[in-house]
Amino acid sequence: MQVTKAIEEINRHTVAVLVDNESGVLARVIGLFSGRGYNIESLTVAEVDAAQKLSRITIVTSGTAMIIEQIKNQLRRLVPVHKVHDLTIEGPHVSRELALIKVVATGDKRVESLRIADIFRARAIDSTNESFVFEVVGATEKVDAFIKLMEPLGLTDVSRTGVVAIARGPNPI
Amino acid sequence: MVHHDTLTGAEILLKALVDQGVEVIFGYPGGAVLPIYDELFKQNRLRHVLVRHEQAAVHAAEGYARSTGKVGCVLVTSGPGATNAVTGLADAQCDSVPLVCLTGQVPTHLIGNDAFQEADITGITRPCTKHNYLVKDVNDLARTVHEAFHVARSGRPGPVLIDLPKDVVQAKGEYQPPSKVKSKYKPQVKGDLKAIEKAVEMIAHAKRPVFYVGGGVINSGPAACQLLTQFVRMTGYPCTLTLMGLGAFPGSDPLFLGMLGMHGTVEANMAMHDCDLMINIGARFDDRVTGKLDGFSPKSKKIHVDIDPSSINKNVVVDLPIVGDCAHVLEDMIKVWKAKQCRIDEKALKAWWARIDQWRASDCLSFENSNKIIKPQYAVQRLYELTRHRNPYFCTEVGQHQMWAAQHLKFDLPHHWLTSGGLGTMGYGLPSAMGVQMAHPEALVINIAGEASIQMNIQEMATLVQHRLPVKIVILNNQYLGMVRQWQELIHGGRYSESHMIHHPDFVKLAEAFGAVGLRAEKPGEVDEAIKEMIAVDRPVILELRTDASENVFPMIMPGMAHNEMVLGPEDKGRDKPGSEQDGMVLV
Ligand SMILES: Cc1cc2nc3c(=O)[nH]c(=O)nc-3n(C[C@H](O)[C@H](O)[C@H](O)COP(=O)(O)OP(=O)(O)OC[C@H]3O[C@@H](n4cnc5c(N)ncnc54)[C@H](O)[C@@H]3O)c2cc1C
Ligand SMILES: Cc1ncc(C[n+]2csc(CCOP(=O)(O)OP(=O)(O)O)c2C)c(N)n1
Ligand SMILES: [Mg+2]
Repeated sequence: MQVTKAIEEINRHTVAVLVDNESGVLARVIGLFSGRGYNIESLTVAEVDAAQKLSRITIVTSGTAMIIEQIKNQLRRLVPVHKVHDLTIEGPHVSRELALIKVVATGDKRVESLRIADIFRARAIDSTNESFVFEVVGATEKVDAFIKLMEPLGLTDVSRTGVVAIARGPNPI
Repeated sequence: MVHHDTLTGAEILLKALVDQGVEVIFGYPGGAVLPIYDELFKQNRLRHVLVRHEQAAVHAAEGYARSTGKVGCVLVTSGPGATNAVTGLADAQCDSVPLVCLTGQVPTHLIGNDAFQEADITGITRPCTKHNYLVKDVNDLARTVHEAFHVARSGRPGPVLIDLPKDVVQAKGEYQPPSKVKSKYKPQVKGDLKAIEKAVEMIAHAKRPVFYVGGGVINSGPAACQLLTQFVRMTGYPCTLTLMGLGAFPGSDPLFLGMLGMHGTVEANMAMHDCDLMINIGARFDDRVTGKLDGFSPKSKKIHVDIDPSSINKNVVVDLPIVGDCAHVLEDMIKVWKAKQCRIDEKALKAWWARIDQWRASDCLSFENSNKIIKPQYAVQRLYELTRHRNPYFCTEVGQHQMWAAQHLKFDLPHHWLTSGGLGTMGYGLPSAMGVQMAHPEALVINIAGEASIQMNIQEMATLVQHRLPVKIVILNNQYLGMVRQWQELIHGGRYSESHMIHHPDFVKLAEAFGAVGLRAEKPGEVDEAIKEMIAVDRPVILELRTDASENVFPMIMPGMAHNEMVLGPEDKGRDKPGSEQDGMVLV
C-alpha cells in the first residue's frame, strides 16, 4: 500500500534541456508536453552558446516519478535535444526568477510599497508621480510573496520570466 | 578560393538520394515539385512509382522498407499532396518504419502568406514524424537529406519529413557527399554489460520463464532474428510474439506459443500471466497486449530490452531495463551465457511446459468448419497451405481478417509479414503490398483484405496494373465492418449501428475495370481452385471470398480485462461482462 503511495506521489521537478537553437525546436518541446498531457508550470528559453548555436530550456513540471521519467525520456527522443538533466534529483541547484511589477498608488500606499520593496531587495526601475515599476529577483516563492503583498497596494501589471536554474558546484550539465 | 561545381537544388536532391541508396520513389507530382520531377525525367538511376493517392505512396514506401530493411522514400507536392500523406506518416511513426518523405512547399518568400497550396506541413507533422526539416537554403539541402536518412534508420526507426520550398530546389548550390556530413544524433546500441550479465543470471535461474518478443527485433534486422532464435533454442524456453513481432521467431517451432494479447492464444496469454520471469525483447507493452494493467503478469520479474528509453517503464514498471539494439544485446547475452556455462533448471522447466501444454490442449484457434459457407479461418488456412512453398509476403488491411491472418498464418522468416499494428490503418494493405512487390519483383505478394478496408485505397489497383505489379488481393467479404460488428455484438447489445455496408461493388468486375483479373469463390469447395488459379496468374488479381458474416475472432480479452480472463468462443460466459474501460484496449 505504502509502496503504491510513493509511486503515485506528485512532485515538482526542474529540468534543464540543452537544444540546437533552430526554428521549431521550442514548438517540438511544447507540443510534446501538450500532446502527451504533461504539465508545464514554467518554461524559459534563450540561446546560451552562440558559436555552437545551443539554447538552454528550463522547464518546471510536476508528476509522479514514472511520469517525470517519461518526460525526460521523451525529451531525449527529440533529435535536436542534446542533454536533459533533472536538477531536482541530480543534487543541489539554485533557481531564480525575475519579475517586473507595476504598482499604481499615491500617499501611504505608495510609501508602503517602497518599504516592502526594500525588504525584498526589489529595485524601482521606473517611476512616475503615481506609479512604480519594481524589479524583483529570487526564488519563485519570494516573487510570489512580493506580488501578494503588492496586490492591496495598487498592483496592476506583472511580467515574470519563469524559472532559470543551474546546479551548484563546479560541474556543468 | 576553390570553385566547386554548382548544381540546382533538384539536382542536389536526386544526387543525395542516389548516394543514400534509394532505388525507388513512391510519389505524385504537383506545382511545387515540378522542378524535381523535371530532374527525375532526365535521369534513369531512380525509379518512380506513380501512385493514385499520396497516402498510398507512404504505405507503399512502408511496405518497401519493412520488407527490405531499407529506408523508404516518398515525394509529394505541397498543400493537399502533403496533407494526404499525413495518415501514412502517422502509421509509420506508430510502427517504427524508416521513411523519408519529401514534400514540396511554396517558395520561401510566400511561406506564411496563405499562398496557393500552402500548408504548414512541418507544423502538422511534428507529432507524427520522428523528425522533420524545412530547408531554407540550397546549401543546407544535401546535408539535410543525408541527416534525414541517418535519423530515419538509426535507433528506433521512423518517418522523417523534408519540406522543400520551390525556390530552394531551383536555386544553385553545392553538393556535399554523405561522408562529409557528421550527425550529432547517435542513439545507444550497445547494452550495458553489467545489466546483461544480471539478465543472463535471472534467465538461467527462472522457473517459469517466457520470452515476449516484438517488432524491435524485426526492426533490428535479420541478424537479430537469428540471434533471438538461437538464444531461445539454447534455453528451451517458450516464446510468444506480438502482432508486429511475427516472423522474428519461426512460427513452426514447438517453442513458439503463438501471438499474445487481445486476440492471442490461451497458452501465450496464460504463460504471460503465470510466468515468474518475462524477457521482453523489443516489445512495448502496448495496451492491446497488456490488457488491464493491474492484472498484468502479477507474479513476474521483468527484463526489458529496448533501444528507446521512453518505451521502458512507460506502461509497465520493469525490474531490469536494458537500453540497446536487440542484435547487440542478444549477441552479448549469448556470449555471457556461454562464458558462464549457464544451466537451466530442467525440472522446473519441464513442469512449466507441462502446464503450458495443458493450455495448448484447449486448441483455442480451432473453429467449427462448414461445408456450406466459407469460414474465414478456413480461407486463411488454405491460403497458407497452398502458397507456403513460395515463401509469400503477406500484407493485411485492418479488422477481423487481419487477426485471422495473424492467428492462422505461420511465419518462419522475418520481414514477410506487413500489417498496420499501432495506428490500425484501414487501407494500409494494398499500397504496402505494392511497395513489397516493387522491392521483390519475383516474389508472391498477397494482401489479405476486408471488403471495407480494401475500398479505402482501391484506386491503387490502377498503379498495380500500370507498373505490372502482380499483387494478389484476397478479400474476405463478410459484408460488414466485421471488427466493429463484433464489438457491437459483444459490448453494445447487438446494435449494429452503421457497421453493415449494404452496397458493395462487384469486386470481379471492379478488378476487370482496372485491367486486373477478378475471381470469386462462394462455397468452401471452390476455395482451393480459386487460390490456385490466383497464384498461377502473373498479373494483379482480386479474389473475393464470400465468408460467413457472423464469425467472430476468438480468443478475445475483452476491454479492461486481464490475460487470464479471455473469452474463448461464442459459448463462453465471460462474454457479457466487459471490464472497466479505464485502462487497456478501449478502441476498435
Ligand atoms: C485490430 C487490431 C488488433 C490487434 N490485436 C493485437 C493482439 O492481439 N496482439 C498484439 O500483440 N498486438 C495486437 N495489435 C497490435 C498492437 O496495437 C500493437 O501495434 C503491437 O502490439 C505492438 O507491437 P510491439 O510491442 O512489438 O511494438 P512495436 O510497435 O513493433 O515497437 C517496437 C518496440 O521495439 C523498440 N525497438 C525498435 N527498434 C529496436 C531495435 N533495433 N532494438 C531494440 N528495440 C527496438 C521500439 O522502441 C519499440 O518499443 C492489434 C492491432 C489491431 C489494429
Ligand atoms: C481508417 C480507419 N477507419 C476506421 C477504423 C475502425 N475500424 C477498425 S476495423 C474496421 C472494420 C474493417 O472492416 P473490413 O475491412 O471489412 O474488415 P473485417 O473486420 O470485416 O474483416 C473499422 C471500421 C480503422 N481501423 N481505420
Ligand atoms: Mg468486412
